[in-house]
Amino acid sequence: MKTIKSPAELQKRKAEILQRMNEKEKIRIRVHMGTSGQASGAKVIYDFLKLELEKRNIDAVVISTGDMGYSYAEPTMEVTLPGEAPVVFGNVDKLKADEIIEKYIKNGELVDGILPANYRVIN
Amino acid sequence: MAKQKIQIIVCGGTSCNGNQSELLIDNLRLELEANALENDVRVIKSGCFGLCNLGPIVKIIPGDTIYTHVKPDDARDIVSEHVMKGRKVERLLFTDPVTKKVLATERELSSHKKQIRIVLRNCGIIDPENIDEAIAYNAYEALGKVLTEMKPPEVIKIVKDSGLRGRGGGGFPTGLKWEIAYKNKSDEKYVVCNADEGDPGAFMDRSVLEGDPHAVLEAMAICGYSIESHKGLIYIRAEYPLAVSRLKTAIQQAREYGLLGKNIMGTGFDFDIEIRYGAGAFVCGEETALIHSMEGLRGEPTVKPPFPAESGFRGKPTNVNNVETFACLSPIILKGAEWFASIGSIKSKGTKVFALAGKINNVGLIEVPMGTTLREVIFEIGGGIRYGKKFKAAQTGGPSGGCLTEKHLETPIDFDNLIAAGSMMGSGGLIVMDEDDCMVSVAKFFLDFTVEESCGKCAPCRIGNKRLHELLEHITKGKGTLADLDRLKNMSLVIKDTSLCGLGQSSPNPVLSTLENFREEYEAHVTIKKCPAGKCKDLMEYFIISANCVGCTACARVCPVGAITGERKEPHVINPNICIKCGSCMEKCKFDAIIIQ
Ligand SMILES: Cc1cc2nc3c(=O)[nH]c(=O)nc-3n(C[C@H](O)[C@H](O)[C@H](O)COP(=O)(O)O)c2cc1C
Ligand code: SF4
Ligand code: SF4
Ligand code: FES
Repeated sequence: MKTIKSPAELQKRKAEILQRMNEKEKIRIRVHMGTSGQASGAKVIYDFLKLELEKRNIDAVVISTGDMGYSYAEPTMEVTLPGEAPVVFGNVDKLKADEIIEKYIKNGELVDGILPANYRVIN
Repeated sequence: MAKQKIQIIVCGGTSCNGNQSELLIDNLRLELEANALENDVRVIKSGCFGLCNLGPIVKIIPGDTIYTHVKPDDARDIVSEHVMKGRKVERLLFTDPVTKKVLATERELSSHKKQIRIVLRNCGIIDPENIDEAIAYNAYEALGKVLTEMKPPEVIKIVKDSGLRGRGGGGFPTGLKWEIAYKNKSDEKYVVCNADEGDPGAFMDRSVLEGDPHAVLEAMAICGYSIESHKGLIYIRAEYPLAVSRLKTAIQQAREYGLLGKNIMGTGFDFDIEIRYGAGAFVCGEETALIHSMEGLRGEPTVKPPFPAESGFRGKPTNVNNVETFACLSPIILKGAEWFASIGSIKSKGTKVFALAGKINNVGLIEVPMGTTLREVIFEIGGGIRYGKKFKAAQTGGPSGGCLTEKHLETPIDFDNLIAAGSMMGSGGLIVMDEDDCMVSVAKFFLDFTVEESCGKCAPCRIGNKRLHELLEHITKGKGTLADLDRLKNMSLVIKDTSLCGLGQSSPNPVLSTLENFREEYEAHVTIKKCPAGKCKDLMEYFIISANCVGCTACARVCPVGAITGERKEPHVINPNICIKCGSCMEKCKFDAIIIQ
């Protein structure tokens, strides 16, 4: 059933996925975990977030992605609150991650060390 | 969630910081306190917005207003007008000098950002182990379009028209390469992705494979369709375990979805991809050596022609492209050749990913349109030189390239300009050197690498590079002569002319280019036997400035070999014949009396 049998079906699948991603009014968190991110400790942050979000009863999707390329500020992570633009945070340690949960995720209050998108996107 | 409060984001990137953004933050906080708003409005420091030449930048949310060229004194108006009355401070908004339009939000200003992400479009955005996320971000759409709406020559034409040139180093036009492979008829053909990435300091290919593997798989299938091949091979070094595992997962998921394998998306086109592992030898990145390595033979290059497009893997026509080259493809198909060709310089289209390394503040990956100047890359995007030191040189092209100096800062970086400047694009490593770097030692560092990585098949590279290295070693030890400098140059030219493959043909480039740009530094090493940067240990001398020395005897007591003499309260002296250059005295001296000469 999984196989995509035509380019039109790919489009349909894409629309379904997008809808699924959008309808869940969930907090989405991305931890950048390429080789470089992991070398600077991104896995610790990933595990910390998974554990703490559950403990603190926050319903969020945490996914691991490749690196953004900000080696000078790694580990980095991104938070997208429902209806908001994504925000990337740099130099995240457990302390910072805790602050991000308490301030940004819970109250929408930003914390120092955000990394604005310093590039243009193509889509 | 609480009702959204006003938050003021102030750029604390290197450039804005250098223009008093720190003071601006203090002033904003003071103004807020003066109006008893400090608990309602927060001031946050951020990294660079990529709008450095409009800085200092302030962004206010909600509303995403961007203020440009904000001075510390502007804090008052921002608080009294924007925060308290909800009125924008018009004079701080940016007006486009050409269109005269006011660009008031980050979105509207985005075209002023120096970086564009085409290759890195999905890196850090999608979960590379979940094909659904890739599909949500357009993966395999271009493949679907190609398979149903185009004939191979039409795809090749688009790639040619886009002006895409190979990102693996040489800059060969990709469309032309595909065309040759297409025209060479055969029962079997291969598409090879070169993911060897041996250039020290380079990690863009790894990042793409780890962050967006489907981009490469899809492009390989598009290439397969275009040259009439049904088999793809990815040659990747085994030292990239994470990239390998994500690639494997991606291939598996693409097969399950019918996006690789037999009868892709029901179109009747078959294409599958396998992974081949390399042991991490630099020379195996060279396409003929790479093919031999995949065939299970020694990873040694052979003479071209025949080119792989005529006779490659197992003697069949083979199209070899780099990871980054492939990663440009689906956007070209979806957005068109004209779109891609509108980005970049006249003869180099699109963007290039660079790995910034060395003495630069923002170490990491950047992606800029071809033709961005070296100054923009180093001083704006890269945040300038660490610890405020002076820029000396930037090496591009790794061990095959050369160095760019201050006089190249305004040079737009593209394939042809780099060659004209005595360097080359290479894979995109960009190593920045400051005033403390010795250029003879830099050349020696790259030669260390080449001598280690030469496959040994041909004499000029195997023996010649060794001799070059010895000469450099001599010079850094103070044993060189002026005649050695000519010898260096002559030998370099011979190695370039007579080596078999690109490794040997380019290995003397760092020597030639440092010799060309920093001849005085080489001369100082061989004539007065000094290293101007103070790096070559054998050429250093510790010296006590008698005017600064108070005769505290601290240095004499710490010297392990008793090289320092002098009476109490009298200036001390170091005997250079006894000194072993350990540096302890310099650390101990509280009066900055000891220097290295
Ligand atoms: C010594 C040497 C090392 C090379 N290493 C690489 C490499 O690591 N990755 C790569 O893509 N190309 C490398 N190349 C270039 C390849 O031979 C080939 O030109 C390239 O993969 C073609 O792809 P492109 O047209 O997409 O750039 C190397 C060439 C030489 C001479
Ligand atoms: S130039 Fe060097 S790397 Fe290339 S074939 Fe000759 S010995 Fe081997
Ligand atoms: S550098 Fe070391 S050996 Fe030389 S004078 Fe100073 S303490 Fe003595
Ligand atoms: S925009 Fe502020 S440092 Fe670049």
